[in-house]
Amino acid sequence: MSRPAHRRPEYHKINKDLFVLTYGALVAQLCKDYEKDEDVNKYLDTMGYGIGTRLVEDFLARSCVGRCHSYSEIADIIAQVAFKMYLGITPSVTCNNASRNEFSLILDKNPLVEFVEELPTGRSSLCYCNLLCGIIRGALEMVHLAADVTFLQDRLKGDKVTEIGITFLKKLDEKKYRRKK
Amino acid sequence: MADPTLFEFLHTEMVAELWAQDPDPGPGGQKTSLLVLEGMGFRVGQALGERLPRETLAFREELDILKFLCKDLWVAVFHKQMDSLRTNHQGTYVLQDNSFPLLVRMASGLQYLEEAPKFLAFTCGLLRGTLSTLGVKSLVTASVAALPSCKFQVVIQKP
Repeated sequence: MSRPAHRRPEYHKINKDLFVLTYGALVAQLCKDYEKDEDVNKYLDTMGYGIGTRLVEDFLARSCVGRCHSYSEIADIIAQVAFKMYLGITPSVTCNNASRNEFSLILDKNPLVEFVEELPTGRSSLCYCNLLCGIIRGALEMVHLAADVTFLQDRLKGDKVTEIGITFLKKLDEKKYRRKK
Repeated sequence: MADPTLFEFLHTEMVAELWAQDPDPGPGGQKTSLLVLEGMGFRVGQALGERLPRETLAFREELDILKFLCKDLWVAVFHKQMDSLRTNHQGTYVLQDNSFPLLVRMASGLQYLEEAPKFLAFTCGLLRGTLSTLGVKSLVTASVAALPSCKFQVVIQKP
């Protein structure tokens, strides 16, 4: 081969679009299969959970992050390492409460919605990117951290920013030890 | 920029979920799931086709289009070229990939042979969709003799 085809910029673009386009096709298919927005949201979350439980291994292998000592460190790693590695963006992190177990990731840019101008008519409650919540939840659970992850704000719904809220619940390990007593 | 592994993870999850959902696990139901996956691949293939560089749209011959799929499209999507392309020069092409990335993680050899078609349906649609944007109507099917090697058969539909 005289020229390295895979280095051409057009093909790089095709590759980065592949995930976003596939995700769009998936959401479109789910909207066909389910009438209620809540059902589509739930399904996306479940799928994301499944992906997250496997993605976390890939992440840990490639990122070599050390042991975390606080929820705040974990939120930072999700935003600055994981999001950067997989989606090429770095959301900013804010802590929402004094007990330091509720955090928000503010997404300024969101590659998943690159080709979405607005939610389809009649789908105003659709959390288009709900897969992300499931992925974060699934990944955290694999490292023994239970968390609630939801969209608090969504640009597609007219909010100014897209905000993902992560609430860390009691560590799964702790619950286990208490029962054994 | 989305990391390439994200697509693989999403694809695997889509196959698993769409399959689990099927109320009819018999051959009739399986067909529906395959069609759904193929349909999604078709949409994505069409969209990818629209993003291709201008000069690719000025193909002279059918064979050039197929060669393009084997080299450029495959490299853009799967980071490798198709391993072989054969044709009967009458509208049927067989594209062979000896190490198809979506099968590579599964197994080698004959294990999971029955599951393999589920992992190929989306890609068949992808090929059909890209061809459609390039002005070619086709039927694309896939077959696996031993993982991770597979063949995609493209039959051009004359108007």
